[in-house]
Amino acid sequence: MITVLANPHRFMAFSRWAAPILGVAAAGLIAWGLALGLAVPPDYQQGDTVRIMFVHVPAAWTAMLAYACLGGASFVSLVFRHAVADAAARAAAPLGAAFTAAALVTGSLWGKPMWGTWWAWGDSRLVSVLVLFLLFLGYLALRASIEDEAKAARAAEILALVGLVNLPVIKFSVDWWNTLHQGESIFRAGGPLIAPVYLWPLFLMGAGYSAAFGALLLVRTRTEIRRRRAVGLALRAAA
Amino acid sequence: MAGKYAVFVWGAYGASCIAFTWMILDTFIRSRAARRALERLEGAARSESDT
Repeated sequence: MITVLANPHRFMAFSRWAAPILGVAAAGLIAWGLALGLAVPPDYQQGDTVRIMFVHVPAAWTAMLAYACLGGASFVSLVFRHAVADAAARAAAPLGAAFTAAALVTGSLWGKPMWGTWWAWGDSRLVSVLVLFLLFLGYLALRASIEDEAKAARAAEILALVGLVNLPVIKFSVDWWNTLHQGESIFRAGGPLIAPVYLWPLFLMGAGYSAAFGALLLVRTRTEIRRRRAVGLALRAAA
Repeated sequence: MAGKYAVFVWGAYGASCIAFTWMILDTFIRSRAARRALERLEGAARSESDT
């Protein structure tokens, strides 16, 4: 699949129909998840703040998915020199930053009424997600600050690969350290700790967020490929 | 809706809505600009090769 899509023409042909399908699926799944999420009864401990979970957790999952895509695409670009992979990495970074910002803000809005604080610097889950946000910003800043696009890409790809180590830290931070953030309650041995009435909207929103990320990633990658073609044509015209 | 936590719940949904709105608008504005720029340059290159 990666080899097939490494060809820009094949990628453009594939993404032309795949992006709208993912976009429509995302809209349907998010609408369904929102309808269910707003209709569930308040949690016996969290009350109505349980509804924040339906936008916070999918945003956090998608932020990690975006970084995994950024890291994977950077690896493929660095090792195999695939131009589409580099375009995809560049396209994933702003989306990942937006999803991470959404996860941080919505988490903070849940933390204030439940923990009594907006933020805790001693909490490894919170800080590792903040590091994820800074990695996205660092990637974007590095690409924007070096004039030579090839050199900027190499430097940013190395940063993206180094940052991959943060993903397991985020995932296991609640197991490795004592945190204010609750422990793993969904993807755990022994099954989820959350009642099914809350799991359904959560999974629908998670699938919807992931599909939205996929659709936007494909459109942004197409844009990046077009931008590079335009730069090539402009240079040829100027020569 | 959401009782005494309404400001937090709707604040979180509002923040998510802002994030999605920015992502969608930024994606499509850039996409349209890149498509138009490429079409203009391809048109110029074609007319140059014709002459």
